[in-house]
Amino acid sequence: MKKRIITVVGKDSVGITAKVCVYLANNQINILDISQTIVAGYFNMMMVVDTQESSKSTELIASELGQIGEEIGVQIKVQHEKIFETMHRI
Amino acid sequence: MISINEVIETNKMISDMNLDVRTITMGISLLDCVGSDVDDTCTKIYNKITTYAKDLVSTGQEISRRYGIPIVNKRVSVTPIALVGGSVCKTSSDFVKIAKTLDKAADTIGVNFIGGYSALVNKGMTPADELLIRSIPEALSTTGKVCSSINVGSTKTGIDMDAVKLLGEMIKDTAELTKEADSIGCAKLVVFCNAPDDNPFMAGAFHGVTEGDCVINVGVSGPGVVKKALEKVRGENFEVLCETIKKTAFKVTRVGQLVAKEASKMLGVPFGIVDLSLAPTPAVGDSVGEILEEIGLEYAGAPGTTAALALLNDQVKKGGVMASSYVGGLSGAFIPVSEDQRMIDAVSAGALTLEKLEAMTCVCSVGLDMIAIPGDTSPATISGIIADEMALGMINQKTTAVRLIPVIGKGIGDQAEFGGLLGYAPIMPVNKFACDKFVNRGGRIPAPIHSFKN
Repeated sequence: MKKRIITVVGKDSVGITAKVCVYLANNQINILDISQTIVAGYFNMMMVVDTQESSKSTELIASELGQIGEEIGVQIKVQHEKIFETMHRI
Repeated sequence: MISINEVIETNKMISDMNLDVRTITMGISLLDCVGSDVDDTCTKIYNKITTYAKDLVSTGQEISRRYGIPIVNKRVSVTPIALVGGSVCKTSSDFVKIAKTLDKAADTIGVNFIGGYSALVNKGMTPADELLIRSIPEALSTTGKVCSSINVGSTKTGIDMDAVKLLGEMIKDTAELTKEADSIGCAKLVVFCNAPDDNPFMAGAFHGVTEGDCVINVGVSGPGVVKKALEKVRGENFEVLCETIKKTAFKVTRVGQLVAKEASKMLGVPFGIVDLSLAPTPAVGDSVGEILEEIGLEYAGAPGTTAALALLNDQVKKGGVMASSYVGGLSGAFIPVSEDQRMIDAVSAGALTLEKLEAMTCVCSVGLDMIAIPGDTSPATISGIIADEMALGMINQKTTAVRLIPVIGKGIGDQAEFGGLLGYAPIMPVNKFACDKFVNRGGRIPAPIHSFKN
């Protein structure tokens, strides 16, 4: 399993989750967990995904999702899950 | 499973609080690069550095992309050059040739600094050590990326006052040769007592002789993260304050540990240490001075500053030590003046003096750092300031350092502009009374007693 964390931060609007999910589905990226919250008026979504079956590299996925984010006015990041685990788990 | 709040916290640290990995520094031993003559040695040095560190920059970039954490600098430290060039360098110009080779190698691999143009003379200078020290002004004024450090004292050996005297003169000469750029050459020269062998931070990094062939050391940073965490506990007591710093330092250091392990794996080079220093930059929100203010001081330098810095430094270590499997280097809060906006402001406001900075260095790493002084300060006075700082390190069994910049052509009320990460600094006044007779005595200060600690 190649676990990655996708975060989406920005102004809430209709269809953000749908846009991201369509991209993930088209690229054989499986969503393992998804949660969202509003912090200081901003929409925050986090997805834990598995990119094992995808033919695309994490780098490419990150840049393509970044592009989609720009189009819909939110910031989308793809990071290796290890940075969060290392920081928050002993 | 990681929670959304933890993800948001980490990403906020990166995007809003300047959390970054300050440097990945590859230490490379050059002891096997001694050739038949200077040119042969230079070729071997160039080849070894450009082979070992050829993927250092690209690896740093890849780790940065993978985890979404900025890695600001990629650097190389090498064996003290006085040892490497000892048998082939017969003049100071021979050593300058090696400095230029290091500079060229740094350019080729794309690192922004290379450290190790150094000599370890805590008990005495060999002829090669002295030649290297005398070559510093030319070496630092004719290269861009080479950093030099000289260890002139230690708790075990005392202080070599001949070297201290010579360095006062060399600092002045370096300032003179780089006066067009506000004497910036001096920003690349550190004088140490108890210098660590595994420091990843410039300008004082060198690859100690006790180290292996090649090693990866990482320096983390995060003054902004500590400052933001402390904003949430305003008015709380010291227990809460200290716990907050400790927990924050833990998180920051974990990132450093992750990056260090990853870089070590990808480059096939052993992981050395994580350096726990809080290293500020001139950017707003990336300042140690700001933390001191958040702890409750109007400015860094106000009464209480030394105590505040002591607790800050201690808590950073307590949190950081648990977060990393190997801790080393300087590991403490840095208090460089020109590289920290709120320290600059404190000096400009008259809150922070050279003498108070000296007191602060008793409780934190690493010393009188990036301090601009009047260009007409005498070499003997510079040596006197160095001797004082070295004595603090020697007696207190800690690393201390001096990086003073006598800015030629400028005086009190002027400002020195270094640019980039080195920042800018108001010229600070220096005590006007002479110490020439003290500095000119020659010889060395004996090693201190290791008992009766009062």
